[in-house]
Amino acid sequence: MEKTIERPSGLPERPSLNMSKLFKPMPSVTDDEVAVDPADYSRAEINASLKPKQKIGFLREMLRIRRFEQASLKYYNQGMMGGFLHLYIGQEAVAVGTVSLMGKNDHVITAYRDHGHALAVGMNMNECMAELFGKATGCSRGKGGSMHYFAPDKNYWGGHGIVGGQTPLGLGLAYGLKYKGLKGCALCFMGDGAVNQGAYHESLNLAALWKLPVVYIIENNKYSMGTTLERSSAMRNCLAERADGYGIVWDIANGEDLYEVRAKTANAMRRAHEQSLPTVLEVDTYRYYGHSVADANAKKYRSPEEIERYKSHHDPITLWKKRLLDEGVLTETEADSIDLAAKDEADTAVQFAMDSDFPAPKTIFEDVYWEVDNNTESGTTGRHFFGE
Amino acid sequence: MPLITYRKAINDALAEEIIRDENVVIIGEEVAQYNGAYKVTEGLWQRFGDKRVVDAPISEAGFIGMGIGASMLGIRPVMELMFWSFAYVAWDQIINNAGQVRYMSGGLINCPIVIRGPANGGTNVGATHSHTPENFIANTPGLKVVCPATAYDAKGLMKAAIRDNDPVCVMENTLLYGESWEVPEEEYVIPLGVADLKREGTDVSLIAHGRAAITALKAAEILAAEHDIHAEVLDLRSIRPLDEEAILNTVRKTHRAVLVDENKPFCGVSAQIAATIQEKVFDDLDAPVQRVCSLDAPAIYSPALENLQLPTVARIIEKVLQIR
Repeated sequence: MEKTIERPSGLPERPSLNMSKLFKPMPSVTDDEVAVDPADYSRAEINASLKPKQKIGFLREMLRIRRFEQASLKYYNQGMMGGFLHLYIGQEAVAVGTVSLMGKNDHVITAYRDHGHALAVGMNMNECMAELFGKATGCSRGKGGSMHYFAPDKNYWGGHGIVGGQTPLGLGLAYGLKYKGLKGCALCFMGDGAVNQGAYHESLNLAALWKLPVVYIIENNKYSMGTTLERSSAMRNCLAERADGYGIVWDIANGEDLYEVRAKTANAMRRAHEQSLPTVLEVDTYRYYGHSVADANAKKYRSPEEIERYKSHHDPITLWKKRLLDEGVLTETEADSIDLAAKDEADTAVQFAMDSDFPAPKTIFEDVYWEVDNNTESGTTGRHFFGE
Repeated sequence: MPLITYRKAINDALAEEIIRDENVVIIGEEVAQYNGAYKVTEGLWQRFGDKRVVDAPISEAGFIGMGIGASMLGIRPVMELMFWSFAYVAWDQIINNAGQVRYMSGGLINCPIVIRGPANGGTNVGATHSHTPENFIANTPGLKVVCPATAYDAKGLMKAAIRDNDPVCVMENTLLYGESWEVPEEEYVIPLGVADLKREGTDVSLIAHGRAAITALKAAEILAAEHDIHAEVLDLRSIRPLDEEAILNTVRKTHRAVLVDENKPFCGVSAQIAATIQEKVFDDLDAPVQRVCSLDAPAIYSPALENLQLPTVARIIEKVLQIR
């Protein structure tokens, strides 16, 4: 059904609102951009050139994320760490697929479900696990916790706790790149819940207005905390498509398929690098655990059967492994040994975290002001800290 | 020394820093083509072009957050808020992102951003446009905040703020933009965290910041002429970092303190100053510390009443006479 919104006469023509389109998303990318049989993204240019070693590397990265998080869950449940634990398990192909495309001037920023992206950009398990345990050896010296991992040396800008709060920052990374004349882009990850935040919409408008090389990657895991898409968005099936309102190209990728994630992210990154234009890419995915481990999960807002169905039929790691076995680039034995190594690495990280010291009390006042930490004139004039 | 306006002093500071550092960029609503809602950025767009002076749409959360993200990469954005009152729609970006990212990253990231604009009442624009959030900013470790009272201070502090590697909020005052002061032609920078003794005295210390320092100076004139009371006026200039030594020194000298503050009294800047004085120089006091703040209600529109709501010369004199 097509409906045209009536407007008073004398006003300029505006495009009619295609209602049927709103209920059945039609990606706004052109066919020649994808240029492969949509069912088989292994033939996309960016994937066709992959060497077996690289493909196996993606499996290793996904398994490392999963084993890291399974280990963290075990010790979280034992009360060894504080705060929240937002697990990425089930979504691994998104971080690994997208980050695998990053070049020297490409940057990543994400929300609080940040362990996967952190490991994917090359942060090591020890510093990540120690951060969860609140230790001085943590990537943020025990000051950030699970939601606030950072590694600017790896172009990884966090790790942000407020839903949608990172979306203007991702825009700023893109602005900075363009200002400096660098050919790069910002991959700004967010969840499906973040599309209803105002800061995101302001960012989309600015991204389009100023032609900034940012790729907003909506990891649509179907639930904003415990609220389904249907209960949180006025238009069903309309996450990426909202980009139409800002004249931004958008696309949807199947997050179970690492090849598809890479192919569609590569298109978006090319658009950013070559035309300095933004893209919104929605990646269909699923998380097996709650919004955070503490939430009611299957007891309240979804059925155990649904979770089981995704685990057994849609698991990105199982599917990728099967694909590599089918392609003949991987054997079961190799896969097992990669998994075992990932598990060992996670266990070692737990031991490292346990053996590490908590931060010294004096560090509470460190890392607040650059000028104070660097003992500059500005850092030494006037009082910066108050109280006792 | 030439007399120049507070507005022009800031404009000069911005221009000098744009020339000095290629990473300095001015972003805000109406800052470029329109020449600034309060003409603070007048002429800068014509002089420096689209790259260095950028008009933003009305999207404070979006563009302030964008500036913070760009600053993480080493850009030094100077973001104009048409009013600091509009910061509240960007509060998450300022407090959570600019204010906390250095800490939460264990010192790996810093934000050399300046957020500036007027923060004052007294212009009969009602409560939504009359906020003075320096106490809110100062309550957030990780952020810095300065409130210049004169053209000289505005220029020197602005340059220090832009060169600072931490996020600095500069709170200006629309009622001061058109006022003139002596400003040297040669370059100078006023370090953050250094108060300025704007008038020496022996009998009582008037401690203030922003336009309240000007009000305090007027009160000091009258106290001297009509009551033979010689008030010292200490202008804090910078709220965080705070020149605590200067506060303690003036109280040690005069033994009496009246704090003048356009902030609201509850948890306002003067509440912190009062606490500091009683903690550290209690024995030097000959009278209780007094405060003259904005009257504790939302900023009223009615022009006659709003003038009474802000700290007035009369209220300052009254408080001083109470503790003489």
